[in-house]
Amino acid sequence: MLAFASRRILQTVPTVLAVVLLIFVLFSVIPGSIISSLSDDGRGPMDVQVVERMKKELGLDDPVHVRFTGYISRLAVGDLGTSFRTREPVGSMIAKRMWPTLQLIFTAMFLAIVFGIPLGFVAALKPGGLVDMASMVGAVSGLSMPKFWLGLLLMYLFALTLGWLPSFGYGDGSLKYLILPAVTLGVSPMALLARTTRAAVLEIMTADFVRTARSKGMSELRVVKWHVMRNALVLILTTIGLQFGALMGQAVVVEKLFSWPGVGSLLVDSVLQRDIPAVQGSILVAVLFFLIINTLVDLLYVVIDPRIKYA
Amino acid sequence: MLNKILVAAGLGLALTATAVAQTPRTGGTIRFTAPYGSSFSSMDIHTTQRAQDEIFGKGLFRSLYNWDSAKGEPVLELAKEVTVSDEGLVHTFKLRDDAYFHNGRKMTADDIIWSYNRIMDGSKAFPGARFVRLIKGAAEVEKGQAKDISGLKKIDDFTLQMTLTEKVNPAYYFFTATTSIYPADEGGKDSFLQKPIGLGPFKFVEHVPGSRIVLEKWEKFYKPGKPYADKFIVSVMSEAAARDVAFRNKEIDTSVLGPAQYVAYQADPNLKGTIVEVPEVFTRHMGMNPSFKPFSDKRVRQAINYAIDTQLIIDKLVKGKAYRATSWLPITSPVYDKALKPYPFDPAKAKQLLTEAGYPNGFEFEWTASNNESWGLPIVEAVIPMLDRVGIKVKVKQIETAVLAETARKGEFQAYMYSMATGPDPQASLKCFHSATPQSACNYNSFKNAEFDKLLDEAGQTGDSAKRDELLKKANALLFEEAPVWFFNYNKAVMAVQPWLKGIQLNATELTHQNVEDIWVEASSPAK
Repeated sequence: MLAFASRRILQTVPTVLAVVLLIFVLFSVIPGSIISSLSDDGRGPMDVQVVERMKKELGLDDPVHVRFTGYISRLAVGDLGTSFRTREPVGSMIAKRMWPTLQLIFTAMFLAIVFGIPLGFVAALKPGGLVDMASMVGAVSGLSMPKFWLGLLLMYLFALTLGWLPSFGYGDGSLKYLILPAVTLGVSPMALLARTTRAAVLEIMTADFVRTARSKGMSELRVVKWHVMRNALVLILTTIGLQFGALMGQAVVVEKLFSWPGVGSLLVDSVLQRDIPAVQGSILVAVLFFLIINTLVDLLYVVIDPRIKYA
Repeated sequence: MLNKILVAAGLGLALTATAVAQTPRTGGTIRFTAPYGSSFSSMDIHTTQRAQDEIFGKGLFRSLYNWDSAKGEPVLELAKEVTVSDEGLVHTFKLRDDAYFHNGRKMTADDIIWSYNRIMDGSKAFPGARFVRLIKGAAEVEKGQAKDISGLKKIDDFTLQMTLTEKVNPAYYFFTATTSIYPADEGGKDSFLQKPIGLGPFKFVEHVPGSRIVLEKWEKFYKPGKPYADKFIVSVMSEAAARDVAFRNKEIDTSVLGPAQYVAYQADPNLKGTIVEVPEVFTRHMGMNPSFKPFSDKRVRQAINYAIDTQLIIDKLVKGKAYRATSWLPITSPVYDKALKPYPFDPAKAKQLLTEAGYPNGFEFEWTASNNESWGLPIVEAVIPMLDRVGIKVKVKQIETAVLAETARKGEFQAYMYSMATGPDPQASLKCFHSATPQSACNYNSFKNAEFDKLLDEAGQTGDSAKRDELLKKANALLFEEAPVWFFNYNKAVMAVQPWLKGIQLNATELTHQNVEDIWVEASSPAK
């Protein structure tokens, strides 16, 4: 197990390096720079001499290979660089914003798991029934609806019409501020989990070992609990892992909409203003988060299904 | 000037006039929104010239001058009086002796000298350098040839002498937050980014990056009895729809409105009274590059102005949230010329001019634009069939707003669509068309006209302000005739303001930039 974990961690190194290279090359070739973004509101042109100084100070005119070498050598010692925009270390900017993003992602995933999996189970136990139909219509709607639109609808209903929750902001970080963005973010994985669970359970319900269990006279509850659930969990866990990682990316829209101070909104702001070190740092964190969650999921397979063994 | 603002302000007038008549209430919380795109750049306001950052900057920092919306000009802020030498270059400021920084220390001439020296640091890139460079010896500091700006002389703690390199009004150079005064030495420390110290009416409490900044009343602010409010919060809210919900839900006190919301708010009896509007000093236009042969001919540029039904676009597409442009300088400019009439919509005249210029069958050009709803692709799409009627074909090139300024600066366009600040200083705005101004500075259209240069040079040399205004008016009229751009519109800034927030100023330079010490919150506000 330990050997497997070490191997998985080592396998992530080339992935991370590839991402770093890709992001670096991408932002080296796309037009625009932090300088042009500073005057994008048309308030006044940037002073020519200040522009030249800024290019020098930020190394914008250095050849790509020089900038890349510098970036990699700093990264090797854990330095994500300094933000072009705020002049703060990128590491500390991300650290400030990590907790709000984690709050959002974990709450969204918690909601997705708590509601999505039972819904899928119930739907699968009576396929074609009213619950199945209703939950699947809900799931398809949840998957199809753009997060931006859903967020606005929730704001309108729960903040403006009912007055139960604030419509935006982080406030003191308490639950009432967290609910609307977390639900907006959680609906899509919830819908996917419900569909995945339903499909997995339906398939397992027709498996030979389930028929055998039933023919032995085992109660339906025991069949579901001992045979169906554990087998379905492998697929469900895979979906959870993938969705967990993907939420980091999906949080971008939700954080901007709700003025949530997370890594997602940092990424959007940094892209719009061509704050390259902050973009690289934010994406790197998102990628690492994805890889860590999926490595953990791989390790969890062993706990759930004893048939899976890692050499 | 004041009249112009009041006439244009419409409903905002009633709101402000009511406010003036009432007795300000102390206490409460002002809740502004910062609507322009992204989170705040930095707490070090010297590093940024973005409108977004100056929204909180007006609460936290102060500069030598400040914009007076009622007068429509910058006025002394950190000085009580200024005397100007006969030749107009030496300005002696009697500084306030009651201005305290948020760390409790009294401001002196040393702090102003330190701040301006810092802005000119040649190893850093502070946007305010373009203003401070006006002071004699500042350029030497920038080049590393001197340590201190020779044109700044401390007479005593509260008297500062400033020698300029040009005979201009320094008020227009030293009123934005980019030239804010910091406490000497403190501003350079790393801790300043975490806890900025200024001279503004509110002091720093917290900054939640990407979400909000919270400031609280500075008890030792130099204006007696001000600020009125106890707290000033600015929330970053770039999504117009989210702002709309929050405003209707009474969670925020101000919200900048786009064209669609402008129409919706006007139609809603509950919201109509919240609208405040002002003609801002921004001119939306299509710049034409004379290195593209057809655009080197004045007749072609004029033809484009005749071929477009500008008023129709303003009415239908911009939803009336703009004023028709009649040359470069906007309505709120001190030298705006009311006598100028816009180019009429006259396709036949356009066709005639094109024929005279040697393009009877028209031509094709590439039009670079962003996706901005008020001066980007939607406008370009509306113009395309109008130009097509006179034989001009358009190829659209879409780029991000962040790239637009660089594209214009480098001259990498045949035509571009942009919104440029055209004030408050008319001389500085028109200087962008002086042949000595490089394209990389702001002469994006590489405009070159000897008569225009002469008018502007004379305006720069004269000490008679009436004569200067007359010369600038002539230059502006000449620009209209030469048509280096398609004169589209002047922005009408529109903001919704909750009925309990009083004292909002009709700031033509940027409506969201408010002297927050003059604003008060009535007891009916849900924010305590």
